[in-house]
Amino acid sequence: MKQSNNSSDAFLVNAYMNGKESALSELVTRHKQRIYSFIYSKVFDRDVAEDIFQDTFIKVIKTLKRGAYNEEGKFLPWVMRIAHNLVIDHFRKNNRMPKFENNNDFNIFSVLSDNALNIEKQIIKGQVESDVRRLIEELPDDQKEVLMMRIYKDMSFKEISEQTGVSINTALGRMRYALINLRKVIDKHNIILTN
Amino acid sequence: MQKFYTESSRLDDVNKKLVPKDETIKFLLDYSMALSVIDYHKMKFEALLN
Repeated sequence: MKQSNNSSDAFLVNAYMNGKESALSELVTRHKQRIYSFIYSKVFDRDVAEDIFQDTFIKVIKTLKRGAYNEEGKFLPWVMRIAHNLVIDHFRKNNRMPKFENNNDFNIFSVLSDNALNIEKQIIKGQVESDVRRLIEELPDDQKEVLMMRIYKDMSFKEISEQTGVSINTALGRMRYALINLRKVIDKHNIILTN
Repeated sequence: MQKFYTESSRLDDVNKKLVPKDETIKFLLDYSMALSVIDYHKMKFEALLN
């Protein structure tokens, strides 16, 4: 459909450059769907398309207000070219830092998790371990020796019996008493050893 | 189950009539109203006036 002279893009652009703000509104309303759809067809993201659309028109507004636009009846192709260049800029920027695309059905963070302890839990873990160490120090030497070998040095009861010169049963008994004594002290003083 | 293996075409969205949000349009019109370009000795300065 041919536009009448007083509503053609060229006329509106000219009017806008001469200070008629409502002409811009008319131009945006007229072309917003084509420009926005074009951007969306490249980026497939409503928010990014929204940003690029906005940046496109900011460039248009600046150029027109500076009087740097040479009207040749090609307003829409000119705006499309700006949008196209901004889309390219967007992808260049994203190539430097690729992003995973989440959609409504799948979010990458639902399957990715960080199992490392946070700072608070690291501190708590450190405190719990030092409390346990202090409690172990209170045990009788023979029990302490067996417990240290079993838990911290990961030795078998056979190895412990060989190293300490006692039978396996004695080593087992000392381990058992060591644990019983530790539990008693923990219960007596209401010590909480959980992370 | 099909969601694991298929995805709806993103082109479906493109075929719908997509338009920018009203806020975006309003921002642009307000921006245009606020922007003024000042000519001074062949130099152009942009000023945003509230």
